[in-house]
Amino acid sequence: MDLTRTEVAARKRSAAARFGLLAAPVAFFAVFFAYPVAAIVARGLKTDGTWHIGRIGEVLAQSDVRHVLWFTTWQAFVSTALTLIVALPGAYVFARFSFPGKQVLRAVVTVPFVLPTVVVGTAFLALVGRGGLLDELWGVRLDTTVWAILLAHVFFNYAVVVRTIGGLWAQLDPRQEEAARMLGASPLRAWRQVTLPALGPAVAAAALMVFLFTFTSFGVVQILGGPTFSTLEVEIYRQTSEIFDLSTAAVLTLIQFAAVGAILALHAWTVRRRETALRLVDPSVTARRPRGAGQWALLGGVLATVVILLLLPLAVLVQRSLGAPGFGYYRALTSEDGGVFLVPPIEAIGNSLSYAVAATLIAVVIGGLAAAALTRRDAGRFVRGFDALLMLPLGVSAVTVGFGFLIALDEPPLDLRSSWILVPLAQALVGVPFVVRTMLPVLRAVDVRLREAASVLGASPWRVWREVDLPMVRRALLIAAGFAFAVSLGEFGATVFIARPDRPTLPVAVARLLGRPGDLNYGQAMALSTILMVVCAVALLVLERLRTDRTGEF
Amino acid sequence: MLLALRGATVRFGGRAVLDAVDLEVAEHEIVCVLGPSGSGKSTLLRAVAGLQPLDSGQVVLDGRDQAGVPAHRRGVGLMFQDHQLFPQRDVAGNVAFGLRMRSEPKPRQAERVQELLDLVGLPGAGRRAVAMLSGGEQQRVALARALAPSPRLLMLDEPLGQLDRSLRERLVVELRELFGRLGTTVLAVTHDQGEAFALADRVVVMRDGRIAQSGTPLDVWQRPADAFVARFLGFENVVEATVGTEAADTPWGKVPVPEGAPQGTRTLLVRPAGVRLVTADKGLRCTVAARTFRGTHVAVHLQPGDAPRLEAACALRAAPEVGDVVGVEFDAAEIVVLG
Repeated sequence: MDLTRTEVAARKRSAAARFGLLAAPVAFFAVFFAYPVAAIVARGLKTDGTWHIGRIGEVLAQSDVRHVLWFTTWQAFVSTALTLIVALPGAYVFARFSFPGKQVLRAVVTVPFVLPTVVVGTAFLALVGRGGLLDELWGVRLDTTVWAILLAHVFFNYAVVVRTIGGLWAQLDPRQEEAARMLGASPLRAWRQVTLPALGPAVAAAALMVFLFTFTSFGVVQILGGPTFSTLEVEIYRQTSEIFDLSTAAVLTLIQFAAVGAILALHAWTVRRRETALRLVDPSVTARRPRGAGQWALLGGVLATVVILLLLPLAVLVQRSLGAPGFGYYRALTSEDGGVFLVPPIEAIGNSLSYAVAATLIAVVIGGLAAAALTRRDAGRFVRGFDALLMLPLGVSAVTVGFGFLIALDEPPLDLRSSWILVPLAQALVGVPFVVRTMLPVLRAVDVRLREAASVLGASPWRVWREVDLPMVRRALLIAAGFAFAVSLGEFGATVFIARPDRPTLPVAVARLLGRPGDLNYGQAMALSTILMVVCAVALLVLERLRTDRTGEF
Repeated sequence: MLLALRGATVRFGGRAVLDAVDLEVAEHEIVCVLGPSGSGKSTLLRAVAGLQPLDSGQVVLDGRDQAGVPAHRRGVGLMFQDHQLFPQRDVAGNVAFGLRMRSEPKPRQAERVQELLDLVGLPGAGRRAVAMLSGGEQQRVALARALAPSPRLLMLDEPLGQLDRSLRERLVVELRELFGRLGTTVLAVTHDQGEAFALADRVVVMRDGRIAQSGTPLDVWQRPADAFVARFLGFENVVEATVGTEAADTPWGKVPVPEGAPQGTRTLLVRPAGVRLVTADKGLRCTVAARTFRGTHVAVHLQPGDAPRLEAACALRAAPEVGDVVGVEFDAAEIVVLG
């Protein structure tokens, strides 16, 4: 009996260790995510101590709200479908072909994903908007149509598909297909019967991620949507900051919360399926030079797509920013301009960088702890549930979080409203999911028996982590930090609420400049966007050099 | 006793992988656990190492119950099946790992690493990357790493499993010599009987989480405890029989048994050497169904009417062709009544 009790005690100890690791992330999310969101929902739906649940029905009955819901959903569907169609050939090419410059190109296609949505919007405005490149050349304007939004969404999410699907595709053993061929299947049939089912869960997971990002799209729609097109997120922003109708905003937040929850549950399910027993091989052995006209044409087509869809908007952005003689727009950034800000716009760079560094530190610590807890083999149902919860900040209205920060964190013991840490905290919320997603696959790939080997040689659990896990995840940790950095740099929805007027971040400054009339403001917006793009791109190119062959989900 | 397991039980989802195992290993003894895959032998090692908690029973090391003692404080060494060398460290870094964990002074570590690399036949290999090593070299490094902290008990999980045959045969001799010289206490598991017999002072055969037989290699080979052990050792001619004083009734007819064999319904083992081929008009009439070349002899598979097949060992030149009809007689000296 005694023995049984000691074993139970050992299990309890391991549960305690896991709880210890999870405590900080759980507390972080409770205080800086759940609490502000709950507070703002309560503010909207609770007056004089009574809940007005009936508001949900009332708001849903409004025809303009239903119109927003309808538009949000169908544009997300169409964006997802378009992204898959455009990016799947890219995933194949990156997975199976080797060609000169592939590494650089991989980095290039990832740049849009880490670009701030505001920059993406601005770039497409410069390409297809009034006075844009297409307008000048052929008189074509798309900024009044939904196409501008859809194209921007494809631009933004191309990398998600190429990385998630291509990453797995590159690791599928080509001999599986060869085995099917030897059993009499045609090449197409072998692909359909063997490769496609293996890729299926990854395709589903990528599609869900794209759907999530486009469903909650804010910056892009805010800039390209004009008065006609509005997603839930944009509508929440409008209701909160322009109409001051908090109860409608609260209902919309709840709707988006429910939708995102459903999408994430589906995503978690597909990810689990993806992790089931596929035989994976080193990606470097599966890629080879293209053979035959068909394969070269495919490669050419993918390269052309990348150039037209991904590089052209960015190039136009840069070109517009140089529109005034002698770097006029850039020089204008350094001067006190007519009162858009209290400070020269150029200071936004310093603000953005210091906020992003702080946010990255927070995200890496919180995300790292969460990933370490989630890796433990004995992780139970509760912990796996937390895994899915960690993704929520990606989908829950950033606007709500930002506004929630303002109203929830303004009284003791948590009076942070005037503290600079508020902005990094909000940005870290979005960074944590990236950290967890990047580190988990690597941590899970560390052979358990390697840890056991260290343990048998006398290493304590903490020592095992330092000696075995850390050296293997160091690169993943750097990559995760880089993603968190880029994401913090570009965060807009929450920051727009909580950044103080005298300390704007780059995306906030760009949006404000765009909101004002005049060529000079427009030009400065382009110039600031270019700077932001260059900072993000440099961060990413550095990361790409560090990337291990085992890719995470992003 | 250095190591004692008492009623050690491990269940995976209701199924007992280790089922009330009692096992003792004396100091300086080399014990080899032999069993097919899934018999629970790796779980046994993991339970002793502290990597697998017991559901009931005890692991006792040096008279001390190990319940609640975590793996890193048990002071036993484990060499993993596929070595599990740390890929980011070089050879010396791997060998020194256990010494670093015990905070041995640096010069002492270096000295010990050199000593062990000499011992396993890889002098001067300290700076090499482990990814560059061949299978046999990796195995040696893994052994050096496990030996470096001088564990009181060294456990080996399929130590030679992934190596090719000739290397395996050479290494098993080296290991036996080495352990004898160092006086290491060893608990090894393997599914390869040749390896077990060559390495061990004592062989323990496991089946479905239980110990089926324990004894010296010669004991186990000569008198398998039951039909399972006999079949696992590669003997095919195992049947149920009714044993009388001089002969037994078997599906192959009357078979002579050695004197003093236990009587009644028993399991009978006929070694291939005890199946003598004679001309077709004498003894049990059989057709040759197959023959396989075994190097020193030819194994001839015989189909006697509707009785179970018989395997006979024939000299290279005397072996009959497939399809030939022969007679079979039995040699009492090569017949064992089991259980």
